[in-house]
Formats: sequence, structure tokens, C-alpha cells
Amino acid sequence: MTTTTHPETKISADPAVPTIHITREFNAPVDAVYRAHVDPDLVVKWQGPRYLTMRVERWDASTGGAYRYVHTHGDEAYRFYGSFHEVRPNERIVQTFTYEGFPDSVSLETMTFEDLGDGRTRLHATSAFQTTEARDMMLASGMETGVVEGYEQLDELLAES
Amino acid sequence: MDDQLSRVFSALADPIRRDMVARLAVGDATVNELAEPYSVTVQAVSKHLKVLEDAGLVSRSKQAQRRPVHLEAEVFDLMTKWIERYRQEAEQRYQRLDAVLAEMTEQPEQTRVEGEAS
Repeated sequence: MTTTTHPETKISADPAVPTIHITREFNAPVDAVYRAHVDPDLVVKWQGPRYLTMRVERWDASTGGAYRYVHTHGDEAYRFYGSFHEVRPNERIVQTFTYEGFPDSVSLETMTFEDLGDGRTRLHATSAFQTTEARDMMLASGMETGVVEGYEQLDELLAES
Repeated sequence: MDDQLSRVFSALADPIRRDMVARLAVGDATVNELAEPYSVTVQAVSKHLKVLEDAGLVSRSKQAQRRPVHLEAEVFDLMTKWIERYRQEAEQRYQRLDAVLAEMTEQPEQTRVEGEAS
């Protein structure tokens, strides 16, 4: 039997990295799409679900900056916060994201803005989670909202748009 | 979050259990068949199966002697629905962004229209 003074370093690599990738194109130039992500007056207009009011409590969209905002609906309040790891104008935003209801869980969000020319922009958004469980919970959070609102109501909304 | 969903999440959080589920998606298999590729005991695989069974992800035939494990496909329809709902929510969000972007670029367009009219 061997005795080691220092416990050996252990490492493992999960082949199934828990991530969510989203791609979307916009009929707007890259500087406008970028600005809509960093200007808090613009962000509140689109980022939160329609039935919730988004109030920004802290917003410093610069490398090393931070944010905190709250979504409210009557007496209900959902708080979110994170750091802006890197804010590179018209190119890339890297930020952390935590829902205060799950304070132990943090995801890393990377958004890249691709200039397609002709005043069009492609947005790539990747969310990287620490566990598959956290990723699946995030995916299902939309489902929960659906349950709360009633599927039919939501389906009507989607059909209208 | 209801208990059923929590059980599904924790059941699928384990890489061996995800792999077992992926193999069962191809077809039913016995415990021994499932245990083969892993360097773990049949007992350990049985434990993993119990977790998947409790989450409602798999079922085991009571009749047949081999008691093959069967994947409950409906649960994965549910997961597909989660992903689709999440996509729809993202799409809704980006349609609101479309509207914001249209407002932002409206100003120069109006100027141009006015210029043509004068």
C-alpha cells in the first residue's frame, strides 16, 4: 500500500456538454442589434416575457461590469443577476446568468453578432450550464410558464403572432 | 416544479443513465445486455434502472422471463415539447426585438419619405 501526502488531482470530461444554442437573423444592422442588448432602455422593451414587467436595478454593460433586474407581475417578483465578462461592441457579449430562485446555479451566456451585410445581422446565443439537470430545468422553465398561463392561452398568442 | 419533472431531471443528470436511455431508444434490452459495455456490476446497472423506472422513463415487462427493459417514449415527447416551447419563447422574445429594431431604424426612413414628399 502506498501513502501519498497529497491527494491526486482527478479530472473528468463530460462528452455531452450541457448547452443550449440559439440562432436568429434580424433585418437590422449589427450596431442596432448590439445596442438593443446593451442599452437598458431598449433591453426592457423586449427581453422579459410580455406578461411581466422588467425593471432594471443595476446595469453596467462593459467588460467587468454587472447587471441585476427584476421581472414583476402583481405580487410576484423574479430576480436575476450576473456579470458582464466581456462586452466587445458590435461583435460579442459574454455574461453570467443566475436566477435568484436557484442561487447555486450559474450559466455562461455568449452572444455573437454576425454582420450579414445588406443591413442584416445573425445572432448566435449559447448558454453553457454546469450540469445537465440545470440545462434541462432551464428548458422546462418555459414549460412551467406555459402551465401557469394555460397552454391554450399561450397557443392563441402564438397563433396570433 | 412538480416531483415527476424533478425525478426526470435527476435521472437524466447521470451520463451512464443517459447512455442507457440512448441504447433503449434503439430497442428493448435485458439488464445483462445493458450492463455489458460498462465496467460496473449488474447490480449497479439495476440500481440505475430503478432510478429510470421511478422517473417513469422506462418500464419492465412483468410477463416475459427475460424481463426486457422498455423505453417510455411519451416522456421524450414531453422533452421535445419542452425544447419546442423554449424555442417558441425565444422566438416571441426576438419578435419583440424585431419591433424594437424597427423603431430604432424608423427615424431615418421617415426623414427620407418626408424628403421625397416635399
